[in-house]
Amino acid sequence: MSFSVTEPSLRTKWFAGFLVIGYAIITLIPLVWIIATGFKSPADSIAYPPVVVFEPTLEGYVNLFTDRTRATEQMLEDAGPPTTWYEQIARDRGTVISGPSRYGERFLNSVIIGFGSTALCMILGTMAAYAFSRFKVPLKDDLLFFILSTRMMPPIAVAIPIFLMFRNLGLNDTHLGMILLYTAVNLSLSVWLLKGFIDEIPIEYEEAALIDGYTRFQAFYKVVLPQAATGIASTAIFCLIFAWNEYAFAVLLTSGNAQTAPPFIPTIIGVAGKDWPAVAAGATIFLVPVMVFTILLRKHLLRGITFGAVRK
Amino acid sequence: MTNPAIEGAAKKTPDGLARRIRGLSDRTIAWIFVAPTIFLLLAVNIFPLIWTIRLSFTDFRVNRPNNEVEWVGLRNYQRILSDPDIWATMQATAHFLIWTIILQVLIGFTLAFLINKKFKGNDLWTTIIVFPMMLSPAVVGNFWTFLYQPQIGLFNYAIAFFTGADPASFSMIGDVNLAPWAIVIADTWMWTPFVMLICLAGLRSIPDSIYEAAECDRASKWRQFWTITIPMALPFLMLAVLFRGIENFKMFDLVVQLTGGGPGNTTTLTSIDLKREAFERWRTGYSSAYAVILFVTVFGLASIYVKALNKVKER
Repeated sequence: MSFSVTEPSLRTKWFAGFLVIGYAIITLIPLVWIIATGFKSPADSIAYPPVVVFEPTLEGYVNLFTDRTRATEQMLEDAGPPTTWYEQIARDRGTVISGPSRYGERFLNSVIIGFGSTALCMILGTMAAYAFSRFKVPLKDDLLFFILSTRMMPPIAVAIPIFLMFRNLGLNDTHLGMILLYTAVNLSLSVWLLKGFIDEIPIEYEEAALIDGYTRFQAFYKVVLPQAATGIASTAIFCLIFAWNEYAFAVLLTSGNAQTAPPFIPTIIGVAGKDWPAVAAGATIFLVPVMVFTILLRKHLLRGITFGAVRK
Repeated sequence: MTNPAIEGAAKKTPDGLARRIRGLSDRTIAWIFVAPTIFLLLAVNIFPLIWTIRLSFTDFRVNRPNNEVEWVGLRNYQRILSDPDIWATMQATAHFLIWTIILQVLIGFTLAFLINKKFKGNDLWTTIIVFPMMLSPAVVGNFWTFLYQPQIGLFNYAIAFFTGADPASFSMIGDVNLAPWAIVIADTWMWTPFVMLICLAGLRSIPDSIYEAAECDRASKWRQFWTITIPMALPFLMLAVLFRGIENFKMFDLVVQLTGGGPGNTTTLTSIDLKREAFERWRTGYSSAYAVILFVTVFGLASIYVKALNKVKER
């Protein structure tokens, strides 16, 4: 092993590691608490002192996905014995399931709008980034600045006219409206990130392809796109996470049909007061995929965050 | 092997037609590629901004579309700038901005500095620390109200455990004095990782050779830190402050779910106030003027800041 004066000593490393891991554990506690609360019974969830060891139950998840009413004896007799495990859980609390809740729909809306806007944003963004990277577009610098400046506006400030515009066009509370909106919000950063990735691809590849008789379009999708795949993928993750988490536009512009999960989850209430296990269950289903994503794609993600910020 | 007949035909083909066969000209392709993006940004970003500016000079109300819209000139602006409630809102925003930035820079930079010591497994722990900033602020903010519950909340329990106070005796989001700190704590938990990542990029951009040279000159570690690490990481640190500043000036989702602006108006940040004016009181013209003032403020402050940043970079 070569000796380096800049390599920290072993003791320093231990000390640094100890502090960082300590911080990481503290920062994890709220997230672990969300996941744990999802598996608690309502009584356990509001117990004092807070319970760490408890008997896990799926009651929160059942309450999340169903609407229930308080059962009278008559209703229980009419309904007969419970046939499924989730009916059993509801019965144990003296309620009967009256139907599915809206959570499933809201979650599906999040998926549709998230993936739809990401796909559209990647198509438009890659094309624009390619043009900015390879061609002499008049006013190029102004356009890039214009793209960046659109990120400075508070969402509420532009929500008023967008609300009016969407109402006139019949886009209020539709999937298409939300997809277009999220695409526009994400485009500025995407073009900026993607241009960086495409700039790194040597222009000689395309020139060779053009000489071989490819048209510009062919050169674009047969040579440039495969080379930029990693960059496109990591930019797509950012767009997806933004659309997935977005709240301000969603709460103002959607109410029923196209409402996504973030405005819906806080409105979950139980039969008697706030049903925290159900809220936590909804949050868990919504948040855990992002955490898994973050771990799996950490290299691209972390690079993207700093790259996007530092290049500006 | 070329066929002379085909070559002749190719030469005779007029320029325009040949191009159509070969593909579109670069210029056309450039426009085809850029146009949809520009169009969408114009439609969803610039057009609304212009519309907001126009509305800000009227007394239009969305919930009364049949009322005749009157031009009121600068009256909306006058009313906003002379309204004491708005100044209270600005103060709440300033408190939130200043403290979140101070805490996030201190903690974020320290973490980045420690992670840069390259202990074993540092990238895994970095990823775990980054979790909060990847999650939905509204959903997480909603859950923080649970952590802040007076008797049953985990946060109150932890504070009580370490200080010996009664966990039911204080309410982070119900108390006028504590609520501004409740949102600072939640935001710091959520966004410190961002500052950390930017600082980490800054620290990693410092070449080892500089430290080696300093070591040869027998500069102490302390001195190396203040004369190499800090100045060289400063542009990155300032960049992180810029982004957090802009983002927290726009802050809406996390805080609206946490406190809803209460108790009273103690945590009513500008975005929350604006939302109330625009979508609860439906004073569209008035709130448009409000939006314009906010936008000009952010843009102005950011421009001044970027100038300062560029000076630091040049040094």
